[in-house]
Amino acid sequence: MTNTLNALLILVLVLNLFALGTSRLLALIRIVALQGALLGILPFLVHEHLTVPAVLTAVAAVVLKGLVIPAIMIRALRDAKIKREVEPLIGFLPSILLGAAATAFALLFANQLPLISQHAGSLLVPASMATILTGFILLTTRFKALTQTVAYLVLENGIFIFGMLLIEAMPFVVEAGVLLDLFVAIFVICIITNHINIAFSSMDTRRLVTLKE
Amino acid sequence: MALALILFPLLMAALAAVVPSNRGRPWLLPVTALAHTALTLGALLWPELARSDGWLVLDPPGRIILLQISVLYLLCAFYAAGYLRQRQERSNRVFCVCLLAVLGTMTLVTWAHHLGLMWVAMETTTLVTAPLIYFNRTQHSIEATWKYMMVGSVGIALALLGTFFLAYAALHAGGESTLTFEKLLQHAPELSKPWLHAAFILLLVGYGTKMGLAPMHTWKPDAYGEAPGVVGAILAGGVTSCAFLALLRITHICGAAGESAYTSRLLLTMGLLSMAVAGVFMVGQRDIKRMLAYSSVEHMGILALGLGLGAPALFGTLLHVMTNSTTKGVLFLSAGNIHRAYESKNIDQVRGAMRRLPLSGSLFLAGFLAITGSPPFGPFLSEFAILNGAFDAGRFVVAGFFLLLLLVVFVGMGATVLQVAQGRPPSEVRHSVYRDSWLTVAPIIVFLALVLLLGLYLPTPLTKLLQDAVRYLEVRP
Repeated sequence: MTNTLNALLILVLVLNLFALGTSRLLALIRIVALQGALLGILPFLVHEHLTVPAVLTAVAAVVLKGLVIPAIMIRALRDAKIKREVEPLIGFLPSILLGAAATAFALLFANQLPLISQHAGSLLVPASMATILTGFILLTTRFKALTQTVAYLVLENGIFIFGMLLIEAMPFVVEAGVLLDLFVAIFVICIITNHINIAFSSMDTRRLVTLKE
Repeated sequence: MALALILFPLLMAALAAVVPSNRGRPWLLPVTALAHTALTLGALLWPELARSDGWLVLDPPGRIILLQISVLYLLCAFYAAGYLRQRQERSNRVFCVCLLAVLGTMTLVTWAHHLGLMWVAMETTTLVTAPLIYFNRTQHSIEATWKYMMVGSVGIALALLGTFFLAYAALHAGGESTLTFEKLLQHAPELSKPWLHAAFILLLVGYGTKMGLAPMHTWKPDAYGEAPGVVGAILAGGVTSCAFLALLRITHICGAAGESAYTSRLLLTMGLLSMAVAGVFMVGQRDIKRMLAYSSVEHMGILALGLGLGAPALFGTLLHVMTNSTTKGVLFLSAGNIHRAYESKNIDQVRGAMRRLPLSGSLFLAGFLAITGSPPFGPFLSEFAILNGAFDAGRFVVAGFFLLLLLVVFVGMGATVLQVAQGRPPSEVRHSVYRDSWLTVAPIIVFLALVLLLGLYLPTPLTKLLQDAVRYLEVRP
């Protein structure tokens, strides 16, 4: 079980690097959709005895993160008629290197953390931290509003992985609430990106600088 | 009782979505608010009605915040009805739906005793308030909404991670991983220290972003500056109080774990930093709504500071939640009227408000005196109590900085406010047809009366409510 789990998490880490390396927004959205769908499988690997509500949440997570949210974002992308992230703060190759460094750091740092014995051999904690850091790298170095939305999704994915350690603490209602909030947040943000595109004829967040001291 | 308080506003929000009349729809706001206040008073007067032992528990601090939100919302609802009557040119469907929903989610925050549920409720307040900021549909408002959404969402995501860390601290201690407040409090001394420390930092950053503590306050001037006045009042007086309650609960758990020295250092630093940043940006501020946003940053700083001082300052801090929110009602609503009358919020155009709008102008000036802690208004009393607490705790340096920063803010804010209130309205500027009306002024007068009441005479039930909360927070199981 642990081997399958770790293999899946390594796949998630590789997807992080792909996400950092691509300039095409459509590809980025698809990579993160795949990552979200893979994460939806995690509960089945981590926990042997799944209750019906837990299975339902997992399925809902796969559908939302793998299909619905990407569909909304691809629609927003089509409306905005943009294809690529141009001129990121740091280039795509350096981004990949930075992401790799973050992953290495996460692996080393997780070894230092006081984990309980069941979690010591698993990649859950380092994968979670590396994904969160990837989210932050994307968030701070990309300027298209839609790319930043995807970055937020990557950040959430990272937090979701950490949540796998604590299935008892998050009852069904709360888990569903978190998922619903994520969905509505992405939905609202996509509407705003659309309005930004109409109002500013661009999705570049560097244009959003009129409000300042 | 809990479900009625939370679900009723949400049901009314659904109703608002289907009401076709743009004129009739805003009246759902005062109706809902009246029912909510009545239910709240019922829950406070007959605690046996509010008894429940699931995840929805109304504990003493929750009572204070619930009462404060309900009263703030009631007055804002009447104002909103008057405001939307003057804004018939655009559809208020989304505005009303979101404004009603935010009451439900804020109520859920006050009742939630499961930290995961509390997080969900807090995140939902962000989601339903974003369309409110975007009401005016200008380039500026869309920029403000974008920043509000992104900064808020990322901040609150960190709070979720912090919540998970807290659950892991319980798991690491050998217990089951839990996020119910009672269990965490009960097992607090056994919680794993490194995870607890990390959790507190993440939660402080996360909920601090929602409160608007410096340096995570950057969304605040933009959002408050571009949102309609009534939205500013609800954000600055209601949503921030909810975020403060979340921070209070976390600090309570850390205190029970014997980590108050650690939390207190962080809270004091953040508090003083917020006050200092607010002071710097308030001096020479030319935009009245942005100035109010920085005033909100300052007062969130005062709350964090009060929390950091611990037990001696708790009474003052909890009182300050109430006085701050009521005074913010006066300021944001009167600033909203001034903004409409001058069609500007820059002090180059906005001058002589007391001549142009005798009522709103005077209320704005009175609100300024109140929020900067002048006697005999409420904030004077609460800030004085916090200062006393600082002396009792032996924190003389903190007390000194606190006084100094209050003075800086007074001078900085005063310069701007006096320019707005005094003098003659500039003749070259085009004025709108706006005149103060009964609905847009009476709520502000009631707010000011409440601020004055809190300063002159604390009713016994209120004192008891505050003392109960202090006792509840002091108990170390």
